[in-house]
Amino acid sequence: MKNTISARVADFLKRYPPFDLLQQDQLLKIAEHVKIIYLDKGKNIFNIGEEGHAEFYVVHKGAVEIKNMQHDTLETIDKCDEGDIFGLRPLFAKENYEINAITEEETILYGIPIDKFKPIVEKNIDIGVYLIETFATNTQTPYSKEQSSKLYSKPSDELFELQPAKYVKNVITAPKGSQIKTVAKLMTKYDVGSVIITENNSPIGIVTDQDFRESVATGNLSISSTVSNIMSSPVICYAKGITIAQAQIALMKHRISHLCITEDGTPNSEVVGVLSEHDIVVTQGNNPSVLMKAIKRANSTKELKNIRKKITYLLKGYIQQNIPLTHISKIIFELNDASIKRVIERCIDKMDSPPPVNFSWMSLGSQGRKEQLLQTDQDNAIIFENVKEENIEEVRSYFLLLAKKINKRLNTIGYEYCPAEMMAKNPKWCLSLNEWKDQFTKWILEPGDDEILLCSIFFDFDISYGELSLTNELSQHIFNQTGNNQIFLSMLAASAIRSASPLGFFRQFLVEQDGQYKDFFDLKKRALMPITDAGRLLILSHKVKNINNTAERFEKMAELEPENKELYLSCSYASKALLKFRTKQGLLHNDSGRYIELPTLSKEEKMKLKRCFKSIKDVQELIKLRYKVSHLI
Amino acid sequence: MLKLFNKHKKKLPDYWLDYTAALQGKNPVEIQDTTFIVLDTETTGFDYKTDRILCIGAVTLKNNIIDVSNTFEVYIKQEKFNPESVKIHGLLHNENFETISEEQAIEKFLRYAGNSVIVAHHAYFDITMIDNAMKRLGLPGLKNKVLDTGVLYRASRITSNLIDKEKRYTLDEIAETLSIDVSDRHTAAGDAFITAIAFLKICNRLNKNLDLKLKDLFKF
Repeated sequence: MKNTISARVADFLKRYPPFDLLQQDQLLKIAEHVKIIYLDKGKNIFNIGEEGHAEFYVVHKGAVEIKNMQHDTLETIDKCDEGDIFGLRPLFAKENYEINAITEEETILYGIPIDKFKPIVEKNIDIGVYLIETFATNTQTPYSKEQSSKLYSKPSDELFELQPAKYVKNVITAPKGSQIKTVAKLMTKYDVGSVIITENNSPIGIVTDQDFRESVATGNLSISSTVSNIMSSPVICYAKGITIAQAQIALMKHRISHLCITEDGTPNSEVVGVLSEHDIVVTQGNNPSVLMKAIKRANSTKELKNIRKKITYLLKGYIQQNIPLTHISKIIFELNDASIKRVIERCIDKMDSPPPVNFSWMSLGSQGRKEQLLQTDQDNAIIFENVKEENIEEVRSYFLLLAKKINKRLNTIGYEYCPAEMMAKNPKWCLSLNEWKDQFTKWILEPGDDEILLCSIFFDFDISYGELSLTNELSQHIFNQTGNNQIFLSMLAASAIRSASPLGFFRQFLVEQDGQYKDFFDLKKRALMPITDAGRLLILSHKVKNINNTAERFEKMAELEPENKELYLSCSYASKALLKFRTKQGLLHNDSGRYIELPTLSKEEKMKLKRCFKSIKDVQELIKLRYKVSHLI
Repeated sequence: MLKLFNKHKKKLPDYWLDYTAALQGKNPVEIQDTTFIVLDTETTGFDYKTDRILCIGAVTLKNNIIDVSNTFEVYIKQEKFNPESVKIHGLLHNENFETISEEQAIEKFLRYAGNSVIVAHHAYFDITMIDNAMKRLGLPGLKNKVLDTGVLYRASRITSNLIDKEKRYTLDEIAETLSIDVSDRHTAAGDAFITAIAFLKICNRLNKNLDLKLKDLFKF
């Protein structure tokens, strides 16, 4: 009998080892007995000590984290995504699991029945070998991981600590009797930061920039003395193939900044490379310029997705090191912006023809305000050049198709679809310049609640791609319309102060009353939105163009209204502090950081938040008076 | 009158009696204990009277698991051949795979469905097509509880004036938003499978308070 679903399961499996080694009839027979399992993010598939399941698992969609107990805490030892296998222990032995498997995102698994699969493994040695390798990788040791990736060339998107460290192969060496100045000239000539000192071709020491600074520049030694006086010795040697994790540990253990890579890992064999702390930082992707290059070169959506993950690592590092948020925002914005641009470029290439007229891609909301640190929903829209009435639908259908591709790929790299469908693929938000002008005029002249909400979303637009003159003309139109339109400004003001100060009468936090987030504090609704709305309103009534960032808006306001300078600067500070707070929470809980569980906050953090709320309250008072909104609420 | 009723009752086949017996079973309270049958039919067209079912595909869903060994897929022999529908379904007339009579298909389906809760996308269409086929066989229609992924999906969206509340979403649109692959589209079993995954994802979104019960699904 025809079985469409098992055929589909077989089609998927045969793309991945070891199933690619099976014959078609074997594969179909297995596929007929697969269980397809749907799991939400954060669900346990099995736990340490649990009895083995009747299946082992293949990830069909999503991602699974493998964890084991190390020094009394659960540590992630592997991550499985599409096509990866885990939970193999019951296939080899009637033992309980020694690892935990937890879904990292919404996941679909295929459960492969062990009783059906075992007879095949027993007959086919290649499959057995592969599974044993995989089993070893899932459970322990970085070495088997390397071997398995040698066996089956897998893309290197594994945990980066387990990847082999990349080292500099072009090593500069000098014999131990060389003069200090000769070595220094050598380093300048080859533009390197270290030189390996050798004796009979074996490494006996290393000199780095630091040694010159400490021993020579201080005048302790003359530039003509021999280099062996300043070198660090012995030099710590490792074999090639050392993983990043091992290298990091070695550097820390010996408190050094460079490792020497030799043929067999001892000082008695030939030098093949030098590995510095800096090299590791670069492989970890903790370097915006490396990431930027990678984004610009990325030729697949999957690559971009992995780069996006590294951007999150980078963000985490910045937040931990307490780097000022203004800098963090700028760097992360640039990287996000470059990712979006790259997605758009690639999608235009995928279209059958180039765009029929000029267009621009607008990012709205937090990305538009350059405040998007964590990945949140995508909000975007398209403006295209005015065209003749009879051509407009044809042109629109081109851009809708383009937008559909872009929205889909942005989703793949981690920007969720906007639940309110504020996306360029929605025909309502893919308009010509004149249509956009009419749209804004309508919102501004007949402002109801929905119109005000739309304004607050669409006013903060930033061009991500395309023709700048289109967005500029639209901004100008908006200023002409809002200009001295007191009714509109009052409405906008009323909406800006709708969410009252987040502190209750007894200075306690106002928490959500019901729903999924009952008793949580909604940081977005009660703190970030009010201050963002206030910033937008104030800057709009001063007709200041091209400043979308809330903190920058308040800085500008401080300049324009010196009498309120102190208040505005405190608002600028508060908006940064709140954003940083949200980012920290989001990184901690691997979500958008919007809802905060108050008991997890320290006293100091609560105090900090309350200080921010004070600024919100003050600026709301100012708005209330200035725009005479008391009769509107 | 009594005689007539008896005569009618006698005519009902065994598989119908087994089906009605199965329906006596109660549905559980918890969603994860409930057996769902997610189905899709492909038909010769959209006219409830003149068009016929070409095939029925279904998967069983329990506790978030689809067991591939327990899927349902039958192709029904056609008296008439409508060349128009070939384009949609790719089911060529007399293509070389097993077809069975309408009655055999209904028998198999009723035995498969038992008292499970039926789930389908725009369920009214599929249920009516099956009911009409049953009427031709002198049987009352399906008695199972029915859920519609079209309705459930609409309920899972955010409450906002900015979206069209009455919009009817196609299976393709839902699959796109929920990031579900759409290979095998327009085969009954393939569509049933996509609908099943969509149903799981929608339930997950509706269950944000973690207290969703089976009966709640019928309230949307």
